[in-house]
Amino acid sequence: RDTTMAATATSPLLFVIVGKNEPLFEAELTKPTGTSADSVTRQNYFVLHSALDLAEKAAWTTNSMYLKQVDKVNSQHVSTFLTAGNIKFMLLHGGRTEDSIRNFFNDVYELYVKVSMNPFYKYDTPILSKVFDQKVRVSARKYLS
Amino acid sequence: NYSSLPPSTMNRAVASSANILDRPLGRGLRSSSTSEGFVSSSAFAYLYSELVQYHQSRVASISELERRLESAGYGVGLKVLELLAYRARESKRETRVMSILQFVSSAVWKSLFGKAADSLERSIDHADEFMIVDYEPITSTYVSVPADLGQLSVDAYISGIVAGVLDGAGFPARVTAHSVTIEEGENPKPPINQGLPPRKDKAVFLVKFSSEVLERDAALDR
Repeated sequence: RDTTMAATATSPLLFVIVGKNEPLFEAELTKPTGTSADSVTRQNYFVLHSALDLAEKAAWTTNSMYLKQVDKVNSQHVSTFLTAGNIKFMLLHGGRTEDSIRNFFNDVYELYVKVSMNPFYKYDTPILSKVFDQKVRVSARKYLS
Repeated sequence: NYSSLPPSTMNRAVASSANILDRPLGRGLRSSSTSEGFVSSSAFAYLYSELVQYHQSRVASISELERRLESAGYGVGLKVLELLAYRARESKRETRVMSILQFVSSAVWKSLFGKAADSLERSIDHADEFMIVDYEPITSTYVSVPADLGQLSVDAYISGIVAGVLDGAGFPARVTAHSVTIEEGENPKPPINQGLPPRKDKAVFLVKFSSEVLERDAALDR
């Protein structure tokens, strides 16, 4: 039981979409279990948000959308993808292949562009669509588990 | 409960309830054989005319009207930026001032107006100012501005689009539309709209970048 707790705690999968000012979407793709689950979750969010500054800096050094790994804390990696409108997709993971992360980001990118085309969706506001949430999780299961 | 409806109504109901996330984005103006991505210019002219009249009855000044037209175009710019970048399938973003301006004056213009902008110029006096010129902007094709509205440019809608693209991409700028008289022999191209008298004015979109944009761009040169 202790080893499974450690396994889920150290291979977290947290995906956040960040706009200019605030998070637009959050999904804990793997929920940590056990007694320290809450603090692990908080820690994960913390690592992700502190990687934001690094992502900002890296953004202007390349014109690629995929920024790869912008940060690494202990065994947690943060990979970032930037859309043309500078909306950041950030994934906290315990080590996944670049290809699978790229595939996941591309799937979410297509979903994001479709959401942004909705005349009722205002740019840089939280994405509340449940279908979006479902599809992100399906894509995560497909490429990241 | 869809089972109680006759089949044709049911198909319509089911089709319209398909989520936008399930529908394909389309490939845009790739092939001119289909009419996908094309809108009739009369439809646009009527719709735009209504938009201008709607705002005109609710404002107290010319600049307020221009500002409203600009904010109407702003959202279009943000969406067009994401859509065109996605459709280009290159997973690339623009990080330099010259490349984002070229993206606007060619890719965005071609996608929205069917042709690239007529020119992209840089101001000699101000390092932060650029001009995009269009000899026949569609927003003012069927518009004649009455004398009491003086300097009004209804092409402010297009300034809004440009501002939306630039802001979204991280290059905040103030964009304004100006009607400038066309000099004799200045425009060598034949007019697109042959049924109308030749235009006396061209639209010049003045793009003035925020200082931090140029500072960042200069830093990237080093």
